[in-house]
Amino acid sequence: MTLETSETEKRGWFQRLKAGLTRTSTKITGSITGIFTKKKLDRALLEELEEALIAADMGPATAARLTEALAKDRFDKEITEQEVREVFATEIANILKPVAQPLVLSDREPHVVLVIGVNGSGKTTTIGKLAQNYKRAGKNVMLAAGDTFRAAAVEQLKIWGERAGVKVVAREAGADAAGLAYDALAAAKAEGADLLLIDTAGRLQNKTDLMAELQKIIRVIRKLDPEAPHSTLLVLDATTGQNAHSQVEIFKAMCDVTGLVITKLDGSAKGGVLVALAEKFKLPVHAVGVGETADDLRPFDAEVFAKDLMDV
Amino acid sequence: MFEKLQERLNGVFDKLTRRGALSEADVDEAMREVRVALLEADVALPVVKDFVAKVREGAVGERVVKSVTPGQMVVKLVHDELVKTLSAGEGVEPGLDLNAPAPVPILMVGLQGSGKTTTTAKIAKRLFEQRGKRVLMASLDVRRPAAQQQLAILGEQVGVKTLPIVLGETPVAIAKRAIQMGRLEGFDVVLLDTAGRLAIDEELMSEVAEVHAAAKPHETLLVADAMTGQDAVNVAKAFKERVNVTGIALTRVDGDARGGAALSMRAITGCPIKLIGVGEKMDALEDFHADRISSRILGMGDIVSLVEKAIETTEAEEAERLAKKMQKGEFDMNDLAGQLKQLQKMGGLASIAGMLPGLGKMQKQLEGRVDDKVIRRSLAIISSMTPKERRNPDLIKASRKNRIAKGCGMQVQDVNKLLKQHLEMARMMKQVSKLGQKGLMRSGMAGLMKGGAGGMGGPPPFGGRR
Repeated sequence: MTLETSETEKRGWFQRLKAGLTRTSTKITGSITGIFTKKKLDRALLEELEEALIAADMGPATAARLTEALAKDRFDKEITEQEVREVFATEIANILKPVAQPLVLSDREPHVVLVIGVNGSGKTTTIGKLAQNYKRAGKNVMLAAGDTFRAAAVEQLKIWGERAGVKVVAREAGADAAGLAYDALAAAKAEGADLLLIDTAGRLQNKTDLMAELQKIIRVIRKLDPEAPHSTLLVLDATTGQNAHSQVEIFKAMCDVTGLVITKLDGSAKGGVLVALAEKFKLPVHAVGVGETADDLRPFDAEVFAKDLMDV
Repeated sequence: MFEKLQERLNGVFDKLTRRGALSEADVDEAMREVRVALLEADVALPVVKDFVAKVREGAVGERVVKSVTPGQMVVKLVHDELVKTLSAGEGVEPGLDLNAPAPVPILMVGLQGSGKTTTTAKIAKRLFEQRGKRVLMASLDVRRPAAQQQLAILGEQVGVKTLPIVLGETPVAIAKRAIQMGRLEGFDVVLLDTAGRLAIDEELMSEVAEVHAAAKPHETLLVADAMTGQDAVNVAKAFKERVNVTGIALTRVDGDARGGAALSMRAITGCPIKLIGVGEKMDALEDFHADRISSRILGMGDIVSLVEKAIETTEAEEAERLAKKMQKGEFDMNDLAGQLKQLQKMGGLASIAGMLPGLGKMQKQLEGRVDDKVIRRSLAIISSMTPKERRNPDLIKASRKNRIAKGCGMQVQDVNKLLKQHLEMARMMKQVSKLGQKGLMRSGMAGLMKGGAGGMGGPPPFGGRR
């Protein structure tokens, strides 16, 4: 069972990213176009503009900031739609540029990546995609099927492991996730693997006991490597609204999140929450998911994202 | 975030020292804050606009009751509108509708990762355990690795049968096979779990539409994450259009998301929210209650109950004032009019009688004897009287009766009837007041002796409170 068809293979990654993001941006640019049938930038217009940004999940604070930036030197002046888009694209790119950082692997053997997030955000799929991409790049990759809770999560990761041609360390369902992570790290060390990706069960950030379980995984693997995990990726669903703030805040406080992966950005969700998150938490955004195949996990490019969002 | 709504509203109303009705300007200012607050709770913009317009309409002119601030009053109004919008409407049974020939097909649809498979298993368990149904589950998800296996494992866990997996089968074929098996083996319900799909993925949306056409589900549940943002509108609209969603299952309600998506989806699809997922365990599935979610979206259930209490108290105070007057044996036409108006609203005389000692029997007699039409007619007659006549009904003789009857478009005998009723009531009031004196003594003493043992019987005796 493979998802990559020859047709999708042929399309370049940029087109694929763009295709995904264009869908993302259609809605927001659509509403801005609608706003600019009138041309003079007044209070009422600014308010509507702010709403359009809010409708993209940017959140009231970020939307207000962007609108103010526009109002600062253009208030009461005639303005074209194109100009508005450019101003916004520039502002968004400026906010996002500092966080657009690829995941850099250390030369630790192995570099340990812990993947965490709420249920259904796309952790297992993201790990599968990462494994495939790093394997292609010539890395020796190993996976740890740390979601021992959800039914068939282990099987799901095993299938991704087969696709990528990488080893998956797994135990029976219901096993202790921390113990499994420990075993996986020991195995990866013994094999001299370059990269160990540890999957975890999805958990809502307000479940204290489940969050403590994550901390336990970290504590236990540190017995083998005091610096592990070298990266802790929080996987966020682009359809999520303002709760993304709570997710980042709590996961970061509990597990020292080092970077974000945004999934399902190819849907009609605008992913605007990313702009607000970048402003507030300044966590690197390593990759975005824009489809179901390994090629659909892309490095995050601030300018492309901003321009596509604003359609300029 | 939303906790700040109260602060914000109080800020708006700080300048507002007077009591009385909410003016248009007050409401406008408050509605701006309400809008931002709803947006922060992830209610989608178009839905917010509609909603705010509705609240605004009802809020202008609304009386602010004693002991709450205008800001708190607005919160209450917002809450009430939320409950109204989220409720399934009268006569709609909560939970799933299984009123169709067996096997009843139920289709589960939604975005990737919204919780369809888990919810499917939870529903199966619930139908089997609570309603004694024979349930068959089938996974139509041929895309996500091990998705079919996931449902099979969950089926074993909850003790519900799943359709045997045949590799390489299309979703439509699986659906048909499931319904066939359901029919042949006498299942009551067939739950069809589908692959997650983006609302804009044309290929997959037409696939699910084909499944819908083939399975002809009696219920099609859109499974949606309570954390969903503004996109909820697009998702709901797209699925409603393509597969005629009949209800919504909201998942991860146990998280800390405000759940504004519930409001968006309810408003956009017009479908009731039927079930909510409240945990990872297989029995963590509940019926939806509009008031609970409303308090959560608002994040201020306390204020709502505070205002409700204040309103109750105000009504009780009004009733007490009248009761006091009655005790003195004063009962004129104005009081009767006031009583009739109260009657239109609530228990009226009956509940007042309940506040006086020793009148339990009379309370029962009074109840259910006055219908709305009679009340409206009586009020019309009273309003045709001059103020002087109202204060002193003894003045009303033949010519005055004629005038009053003409004024309200009734007959003289109607006026006579009302006057007679008033007389009877006034006489009764005098009796009551005598009874009350004794009653006061008795229950006042008894009340003192019982000390803290209140709350057992009905309302406290009126006199004992002073």
